[in-house]
Amino acid sequence: MAVLVIADHDNATLKEDTAKTVTAALKLSNEVDVLVAGQGCKAVADAAARIVGVRKVLLAESAELGQGLAEAMEALVAPLMANYDAVLTPATSQGKNFSPRVAAKLDVAQVSDVVEIVDASTFVRPIYAGNALETVQSSDAKKVLTVRPTAFKAAADGGSAPVETIAAPSAPAKTHFVDQKLVKSARPELTAAKIVVSGGRAMGSADEFQRVIEPLADKLGAAVGASRAAVDAGYAPNDYQVGQTGKVVAPDLYVAIGISGAIQHLAGMKDSKTIVAINKDPDAPIFQVADYGLVADYKTAVPELMDELSKVGK
Amino acid sequence: MKVLVPVKRVIDYNVKVRVKPDQTGVDLANVKMSMNPFCEIAVEEAVRLREKGVATEVVAVSIGPAQAQETLRTALAMGADRAILVQTDQDLEPLAVAKALKAVVGEERPDLVVMGKQAIDGDNNATGQMLAALLDWPQATFASAIEVSGGKAKVTREVDGGLQTVDLDLPAVVTADLRLNEPRYASLPNIMKAKKKPLDVKELASLGVDVSPHLKVLKVTEPPKRGGGVKVENAADLVMKLKNEAGVL
Repeated sequence: MAVLVIADHDNATLKEDTAKTVTAALKLSNEVDVLVAGQGCKAVADAAARIVGVRKVLLAESAELGQGLAEAMEALVAPLMANYDAVLTPATSQGKNFSPRVAAKLDVAQVSDVVEIVDASTFVRPIYAGNALETVQSSDAKKVLTVRPTAFKAAADGGSAPVETIAAPSAPAKTHFVDQKLVKSARPELTAAKIVVSGGRAMGSADEFQRVIEPLADKLGAAVGASRAAVDAGYAPNDYQVGQTGKVVAPDLYVAIGISGAIQHLAGMKDSKTIVAINKDPDAPIFQVADYGLVADYKTAVPELMDELSKVGK
Repeated sequence: MKVLVPVKRVIDYNVKVRVKPDQTGVDLANVKMSMNPFCEIAVEEAVRLREKGVATEVVAVSIGPAQAQETLRTALAMGADRAILVQTDQDLEPLAVAKALKAVVGEERPDLVVMGKQAIDGDNNATGQMLAALLDWPQATFASAIEVSGGKAKVTREVDGGLQTVDLDLPAVVTADLRLNEPRYASLPNIMKAKKKPLDVKELASLGVDVSPHLKVLKVTEPPKRGGGVKVENAADLVMKLKNEAGVL
């Protein structure tokens, strides 16, 4: 069987989610191709070609693909599926946006957020905000999956697959790109970071969030996250949200500060390797998943933590 | 302008989910059921569009069991004008729901479909996109702002790393994210009024769509439990353990 992986990228750089999704695809087949759809993204295709295990890279470019419009992605990917038995897309906001359209066009089910591939037609996925895992068997001839990247290790770099340019279908005229405002940050990206420092509602204000969370994150070389409560209260931007309805992260170290640990939040970070929680409420549910819990007011604990980190050369 | 709002009856947001010991699913017996939170946001947005004079009629639709009438009454109490229940006891996959909704769209001819980005039971995040694809309509998922004027909807979307704005030619499908609005609570007078609003019930079979399942659920299990760890005394203790024990610094 041949499998197509849709690359996750921003037209400039290839995201690690792609190599993780390739790992998932290689569990289905050795014939794994990667599609890089965008604009001005030749460098991304070259990077995808270096993922070990990739047979070839398809490169399609147009303005609409560069803008990530779902209609353009559907028009490109659905016909390509004549050549493939499965398509795997990282379950990012971009992947979630277009993948169901491809499934509907092929008249097949989408298996969303796959965390384990049991065999070529059997998959495990979280339901009920990660409170249960569902094992499903697909009867569709062609499989459409979105893959939760944190559940798979990235395939290695060092391959040399050929890059083949393919035509982008004509543009759909019913959706028009207006603009995109992306937050520019020198910090690592939330879903790819080795360390994540997250703040919760206890911060009390956007100023306090910035004053407390950001310097600690910078000291650790970490990405910044937030609980839904903190985002809803306006203390942190929406794309900081870690949780079932936000981003799912699994860094080596996750530091939760002033986060109570609602189920919603835990669903987004409980697969982290090591979890640290700092909270003044000893009964906060976050302590039930934390490897190291510090019962303390963040106002004193975070400055102390900063000092101690300095002492060990951080 | 007519707005169609699909809504789903799901386990209440605050109920602790328990997996059945026989691994056939989660225990829904005698648990509180409510409108899916993302659907509430969609209803609120549609009602606001009517209050602003942009929409003239808001129609709520649910594909589900007889008890989904309660969910539709909630939508009516929030301000929807009328409701349709497409009744079935079958547990439908997103593709089947999208096909049923396409049939309802064919009958109702709305200019805009506003719906939740995902249901908190199946967590598929697929039905809206599938409906848009089946209709060949433009879509904007994960909306945090919607402005409708001149036959277009300008939608701000929450994307990885920030916000994207797109203009859609109507008719279109928009899926609601958390920050689109804060849904109102239905007042008692409005709950009373909602009882008198029209609610049509039709059988799913009458729509003549293929709702056969594509996926077979082999089992539903509990996720591996993460054991709690230790409490540390202070920041120095924490850093020492992170460095020497966990090896993450």
